[in-house]
Formats: sequence, C-alpha cells, structure tokens
Amino acid sequence: MTQSDRPAGTRGGARVYPFPDRRTARPAAEPPDSPGVRVRGAQLAFDGVQLFDRLDLDLAGGEITCLLGPSGVGKTSLLRLIAGLADAAEGRVSDPQGQPLHGKLAYMAQQDLLLPWLSARANVLLGPRLRGQTVTRAMRAQADALLDRVGLADAATARPGALSGGMRQRVALARTLMEDRQIVLMDEPFAGLDAITRYELQALAAELLAGRTVLLVTHDPLEALRLGHRIRVLAGRPARLDDSVGAPPGAPPRPADQVADRQGALLDRLAAAKRAQREAGDA
Amino acid sequence: MPEAARRVLRPLAILAGLLVIWQAIQWASQAPPYILPGPLAVGEVLLTRWPQLLDHAWVTFAEILLGLGLGLLLGAVSALLIASFRPMRRWLLPVLVVSQAIPVFALAPILVVWLGYGMASKVVMATLIIYFPVTSAFFDGLRRTEPGWLDLARTMGGRRGRVLWHLRVPAALPALGSGLRVATAVAPIGAVVGEWVGSSAGLGYLMLQANARMQVDQMFAALFVLAVFAVGLYFTVDRLVRRAVPWQAEER
Repeated sequence: MTQSDRPAGTRGGARVYPFPDRRTARPAAEPPDSPGVRVRGAQLAFDGVQLFDRLDLDLAGGEITCLLGPSGVGKTSLLRLIAGLADAAEGRVSDPQGQPLHGKLAYMAQQDLLLPWLSARANVLLGPRLRGQTVTRAMRAQADALLDRVGLADAATARPGALSGGMRQRVALARTLMEDRQIVLMDEPFAGLDAITRYELQALAAELLAGRTVLLVTHDPLEALRLGHRIRVLAGRPARLDDSVGAPPGAPPRPADQVADRQGALLDRLAAAKRAQREAGDA
Repeated sequence: MPEAARRVLRPLAILAGLLVIWQAIQWASQAPPYILPGPLAVGEVLLTRWPQLLDHAWVTFAEILLGLGLGLLLGAVSALLIASFRPMRRWLLPVLVVSQAIPVFALAPILVVWLGYGMASKVVMATLIIYFPVTSAFFDGLRRTEPGWLDLARTMGGRRGRVLWHLRVPAALPALGSGLRVATAVAPIGAVVGEWVGSSAGLGYLMLQANARMQVDQMFAALFVLAVFAVGLYFTVDRLVRRAVPWQAEER
C-alpha cells in the first residue's frame, strides 16, 4: 500500500473531521415560504404491471415528508418524477398554485455523486459551474462556510477519494445547500452509512434543511420518525399512500428515545405492506 | 530488497537472461553470423555505428511522436463530435469502422505514392493506426458517464456544453488514457511499415538496406534501438496518463 492509497484524514497522525456543535449548526439562510409540492395523476407501469395509477401526493410547504414502503413499490420513481428525472413514470407536478417547480429543486441521492477529480470545495460549487455562472469569491466563501457548517472546514481541498463515506455524504449535503433551493428531494441519502454516522448526519440535515420543503425517501423507520413532520407509507399494487402512522410530536430532529414507542407501529405497518406486496406478486 | 531497487533489477535480469539464451542458441546451432549474429556482434555494431543509427532513429522517433500527437488530437476531437451530436454518430461511426477494416499495410504503398518518400506518409500511417484506439476508447468513456452524475447535473439545470466539458470529459479521461496506452504500443508499427514501403531515412529504411546486404547484425542493432525507444515511450505515456488522472489511484 502506497502513501496515496491512504485517506488524507489519517495521514500524519489522526486528523478527524468532527461533526459541528449542535448549537452552531443553524439552518442555511432561511428560505422564505417554501412552496409545497402537488403531484396529480401519477402513474407508472413496469413490465405490464401497474405499480401506481392515478396517485396523488401533496407535500406541505416548509416541512419534511418522509416516504416509506417496501422495495420496488415505486418510491424512487415518484421522487424522480418530481425531480423531473422520470424515466417511465408520468404525472402532473407543480406547486399548489399550479406553477412549475423548475429551478426550485435540489436533489440528493444515496450515492454522494461527488466528482472524484474535484476538491470538496469544487464539488460544492458544481451547480454554478455547470450552469455556466462565473464562480465568484463570494460563492467560494459561501461554499467554505457550508463546508464549515457540516464540519469539514479543513477538508475543503481534499479530493473525495481521501474522505470517508460519512464525510463524502456531508460534502454532498453542503452541495445540496449551496444550491439554496426551496424544495429538496432526498433519495435514501443516509442509507449507505454506519448507524452512528447516520444518526449524527440525520440531526445535522434536519437542522440545516429547516424551513425547506423536503421529500425524504427512506427504508429506515427510525429515520422517518426522527425527521418527518409527516410520514407517508406507499403500499399495495397499484400503490396507495397511507398516513395511518402519524409523526411524533416535537420538532425534528427528535431524539431516538422519544420516537421509540411509534417505531413498533410503523414497523408493523411496513411489514404488512411487504406481505401484501408478496401476495399480490404470487397472484 | 526495497521495491525501487527491485523495479530496476527485474528488467535488467530479464534482459541478461535473454542475452544468455541468445548466445547459447548461437553456440549450439553453429549458425553463421549472417543468419544469426551473437549479442556481442550486435553490441559491436551499436558501439561502432551509433552516429548513423542515431541519425536514422531520430527520423523514426519524430514520425512516431508526430503520429501520436496527431492521432490523439484527431481521435479526441472525433470522439467529442460523435458523443455530442447524435446525427454525427450516424455519419462518423461507419467511417470509423471502415478506417479500421482496411489494413494500414494495404494503404502504405498508396500513401507513399501520394505523399512521397519523406516523413509525411509515415506520419499519416502512424496517425491512422493510432486514431482508432484513441477514438473508440474515448467515445466509450464519454458514453458511459455515471448516470447519477447526469441526473444531478439535470436537477442543477446544467448547460449541455458545460456538462460535457466539466463532467463527461473528465469522467472519460481514464478511458482515453487506456486508449492512448494501446495506441502508443502500436504507433511504431505504422512508422516502420511506412519506411519499409518506401523511404530514404529511418530505422525501417536502415533495416531494409541491411537486409538486402545480409548485414543481419545491423538489422538487430536497429531493432534494438527501436525496441528501447518504444518501451521508453510506453512508460513515459503511462506515467503521464497516471499523472493526468490521479483520482483513479485514490479510488477503490
């Protein structure tokens, strides 16, 4: 193993990039009145099977909506439809007034999607660069401030290959915040991380995204109960939305012990959905 | 033994082994020197006639390097055009395939007729041979951009040209690098074949002359110079490619 294979964070003694102090992590530039999202008549057929049909979804403005459901039910397809990345799904997507969402969205996926040849800072500045804007000193300062917010001020010049999975996802979070959009779509953004890192990153994301309209697709009931203002389960075939398990009281991010009592109910609901899906598949 | 020393000693040991086998075959077969000269005879030619060898070698090296540069440039531009304009693909891809289906060896006499006995015909030969691996590898790389990155670029409202330049091209550089490595390995073929068909200078010309006069030791000497240059060129390009895409080593 040569020197360059080793992550920069461990070179020359143990250098760590701690999570920022909870009190200093304030939401990034409070977006005024984030609009809600309205989806009408969404439909998706896959191999002749109707995954969902005439499905309606409303996201409340300025709130985090968590979308759960068994694998293959169409959660990601629904999110991609809103993001304008629909491959096969169709439907009308707008804000509650019927205005298009173009230019109001930011997207964060399970993979960090960092470009390996760019530094962390350049990755945060990817949006302006791809839109053909001149990257100003102010933008660079803002990128550094965002990296500082996610606790990576010292890693601004590091390439993604030198960062751990959790650090990379924090850079991706900073990149999402740099876009400064009112609506943020997140597709299992913390799924690939270990339990502790995920737990810390959830709290950080909830604080930094406060005030924005967020759709968070997740497999993790605990994550949904900690972060969601609303919890929706997508289940059945064709799939329907169900909000029988309500979000716990209190503002996200909620401590894990406060949501433990609802975790059982939500798990039962998801297990039932999976069972139903399996039976529908056999029929 | 440290890794660096091992890296130098291993090829030297291989070279020494080959020389010993060569000498042994010569002793055992009792072949006359005009059929199989021993390594010592070839070494003597290298020592006594190096100014002449070097004169011809520069010509061949220049042909190879020019061909490599031109082939890389044309190949990279073609791949960019094919990848960015869909109609281009329909027109250029068949041309690309045809250009590779015709053996360069068959084209060599025509090129010499058209471009003369000088360097131009050899440079074009080398360019032709380099063009295809570079174009196809780079085009492949441009086509296989990680879909997630393109999704992200779309949600960011990225402009086509910007996405190509800042995302798809750097993402395809490792592929271009492996195409360039293959091209470097085959580049000398183009130049030498061109010199065989018709030329007044170059290592290929020298070998042809020596062959006609049964000076096999001189052929071996020319071959040796060519091999040393080709190997050196390959490692130089390999190192440059590594330096151009440092994130490849960091990945994994």
